[in-house]
Amino acid sequence: MSAVGFITRLRALTRKESRQLLRDRSNLLVGLLLPVVLILLFGYGLSFDVKDARIAVVMQNNSQAAREAAMGLTGSSYLSPVWMHDMREAEAAMIAGDIDATLRVPHDFLRQLALGEAHVQLILNGVDSTTASAIEGYVNGALAVPFAKRLQRMGGKSAESGSVVIVQRSWFNEPGESTWFLVPGLVVLILTLIGAFLTSLLVAREWERGTLEAIFVTPVRPLELVLAKLAPYMVIGAIDLGMCLLAARWLFEVPMRGSLPIIIAVSLLYLLVSLSLGLLISALARNQFAASQIALLVSFMPALMLSGFVFDLRNVPVVIRAISQLLPATHFMGLIKTLFMAGDYWPDILRSSAILSIYAAVLITFTCRALRKTMD
Amino acid sequence: MTGATVVAEGLQRSFEAPGGGSLRAIDTLSLTVRPGELTALVGPDGAGKTTLLRMIAGLLTPGGGRLEVLGTDVTRDPQRVQDRISYMPQRFGLYEDLSVQENLDLYADLHRVPQDERGPRFTRLLKMTDMARFTARPAGKLSGGMKQKLGLACTLVRAPELLLLDEPSVGVDPLSRRDLWAIVQQLVEDDGLSVIVSTAYMDEAARCAQVHVMNHGRILASGTPKALCARVQGLTFAAVPPAGVHPRVLQARMLAAPEVIVDATPHGGAVHYVRQPQADAARLAEALDGAASAPRGEGLEDAFMLLLRQHDNGTHHALPEPDERTPASAVAPDNPNVSPIISVRNLVRRFGDFTAVASTSFEVLPGEIFGLLGPNGAGKTTTFRMLCGLLPATEGQLEVAGRDLRTARARARARIGYVAQKFSLYGNLSVRENLEFFGGAYGLRGRALRTQVRAALERFDLDPTARSGELPAGYKQRLAMATGLLHAPQILFLDEPTSGIDPLARRAFWRTITGLAGAGVTIIVTTHFMEEAEYCDRIAIQDAGEMLVIGTPQQVRDKAGADRGTDMNAAFIGIVEQARATREAAV
Repeated sequence: MSAVGFITRLRALTRKESRQLLRDRSNLLVGLLLPVVLILLFGYGLSFDVKDARIAVVMQNNSQAAREAAMGLTGSSYLSPVWMHDMREAEAAMIAGDIDATLRVPHDFLRQLALGEAHVQLILNGVDSTTASAIEGYVNGALAVPFAKRLQRMGGKSAESGSVVIVQRSWFNEPGESTWFLVPGLVVLILTLIGAFLTSLLVAREWERGTLEAIFVTPVRPLELVLAKLAPYMVIGAIDLGMCLLAARWLFEVPMRGSLPIIIAVSLLYLLVSLSLGLLISALARNQFAASQIALLVSFMPALMLSGFVFDLRNVPVVIRAISQLLPATHFMGLIKTLFMAGDYWPDILRSSAILSIYAAVLITFTCRALRKTMD
Repeated sequence: MTGATVVAEGLQRSFEAPGGGSLRAIDTLSLTVRPGELTALVGPDGAGKTTLLRMIAGLLTPGGGRLEVLGTDVTRDPQRVQDRISYMPQRFGLYEDLSVQENLDLYADLHRVPQDERGPRFTRLLKMTDMARFTARPAGKLSGGMKQKLGLACTLVRAPELLLLDEPSVGVDPLSRRDLWAIVQQLVEDDGLSVIVSTAYMDEAARCAQVHVMNHGRILASGTPKALCARVQGLTFAAVPPAGVHPRVLQARMLAAPEVIVDATPHGGAVHYVRQPQADAARLAEALDGAASAPRGEGLEDAFMLLLRQHDNGTHHALPEPDERTPASAVAPDNPNVSPIISVRNLVRRFGDFTAVASTSFEVLPGEIFGLLGPNGAGKTTTFRMLCGLLPATEGQLEVAGRDLRTARARARARIGYVAQKFSLYGNLSVRENLEFFGGAYGLRGRALRTQVRAALERFDLDPTARSGELPAGYKQRLAMATGLLHAPQILFLDEPTSGIDPLARRAFWRTITGLAGAGVTIIVTTHFMEEAEYCDRIAIQDAGEMLVIGTPQQVRDKAGADRGTDMNAAFIGIVEQARATREAAV
């Protein structure tokens, strides 16, 4: 079959798919508006950072030194101390869920301080362990500063008392902002979404409406059908990618340490994988409802839960980790985070691109197979 | 062109039957199709017509045998065949969000029709389909008949070497059907096109050069319509029922004697029947019950019915005998003492500034069969929905079963049964579960429900455990009717109940209807099969929202003019065209 025929038919089919895409408003809502909503939601609405955590402070010792120590808490934007009279009050507030932690400065604080082994008690609300450990970190930091100063003032004595001051530095995500961590993952999520929610309907819709039967009995080839269906959604995906990158740069000020062309190239490669997966599901399911349900379960939910978007994959059971390695989203997630936060790390770029390319080739081949022109 | 267009030898194809086992759709079938002719495939539902056409189109792989299309083994190289043929599936999938022109362009591009050929070709197709005015309209907003014509136009964007049409006229009104056939016949005459068409209309098959009658995946008989008709020569008669007896009542009685009567249909006030070749004279006279009978010319439908009855022994589609309690004669509709069960005065329905139904008035008497006829988009469905209380009227009065539908809709509804055009029961429930569910929805419970469900299963000869979605078309229709009748309604509304159903199943359906009417149920029915108007006591023809004529079939034929003869189809086309001409003249 001549190349001219291929081009003519591909152009005709692509025009048809684009028109259908543009005329169905719900497509555009899902394809263009939903990503905007997700960007805003994940960028502003979802955060693992703790801001203004309410912490009860019970001063059982009211000395100057004790107050100085506790004052460290007020300077932190992450903590908002509430002064309480006794432990009973603090306990009640903890049970009521009004406060997230209690800091107790004991009666004998001054005496212990003089001995160089002062203790304060921190009681954390462990129901939400993520928040609890974050608060722990903040309190440590907030208390460490005045103590360190105090030690300095005492001069030289610090070495004798044997205390060690840890100087923390967080690499790659220096301010420890969770948007830095979430926004690159959001790119993965949004590119997955177009495949899961839009292309997963395309072939099934044609089966349901009976349009494929007539199209099959024309000179059209399966590959032409597949490519024509991918093309307009690649454009939608590219627009979404652009929006994500702009939001990352200007709205959330996430650093982009890798080179922009590489970020765009690998993202488009993953987009192709995501769309092809949607198409394959659609071609096999032959039913729009089933296809969208399967796509949700096979593509979107795993990308959200198992790709390392939220949970660190090193901490999950081996079985889950094995499953997560099967997901194209996992490979892209690791790569895009590295590209954003660390920079161009070539071994990672080459390995993940190779894996994604294999996925794209396999998925497109299988979709063509599923669209073999037969009603058997 | 050398040799045959299609050669099939010992062709076979099985499908997995629902509930396990295999179903032979095509069973050692052999057939030859000559080039440059119209060839018809006729046969009851499930005969294998669609399977055969799909195999010819290379969409289904034969399970065995040889199939050569245009000299190519289609199994080995389907694409080579698909490059040269055009195929219009039963449900032609138009892209509904694309315009008429965009649909045409798409198919022209796929077939790589050169730009300079498109202009004249499109002009011709749009003229033939009378759609030049609608090129910018989305295909989804066309009426059923226009969609079908556009489907045909898309199939014909280039001149194929072979055209396959799978039941192109299902659900299409007589006018659109006539247009569709005019297009096909013109192409055969002008371009020497080879066409294979499957159809449930025998008048369409009669126009073809060759007819293949199929049943259970085999060819029962092949030949010219004339040769096939010769098989019933001397067996066809017309019986005139005694005064006061509706032809359908005599017809039902005759059908109940299959050992002497092959087929009987009401036609022009008489009953056209085919007798068995070896019919016992005494038994035949008994079935006729004194009706005078005279020989008449034979038609293709007569031959078709004879072939099928001989092959099937008539067991397949026969419904149980009508209820013995059924009175032999229906309520006389012209009895002045009977008050109407449906009364409609100056009914109007508008959608925005579009008037779907314009000032319509009529009455229906209890026990009457009332037919509502009209082209696609005439306002039948809208009228229907208002009568059932599914759609409020914009203006006018509407009384059903003595209740004003505007004020007592729920109470009126309890007395009516409704069978929608599309199968609207739950496909994945069993027959019994569907009946029980809908019985419950009508307020039946406990013993009453069980009794009604059992009666329905018996009356319609349904298997209670069968999955509803997997029933053959004729049985789905029965189940839908059984469901609509569970609460013993006084009025039954049927919206195109016989659309897409073969002649055998249609006979069975109308026998049930005749029985119901005899038992006093009022029937309101729409149909595209004009010969079915003969079963009705009175019919109304609607077009563009206007009521054109109401009366007995005889009155309607008379109004169309004597030159139209006894053919209801011709009468219908005459009346609608006359009204359209008058309307255009007035504008």
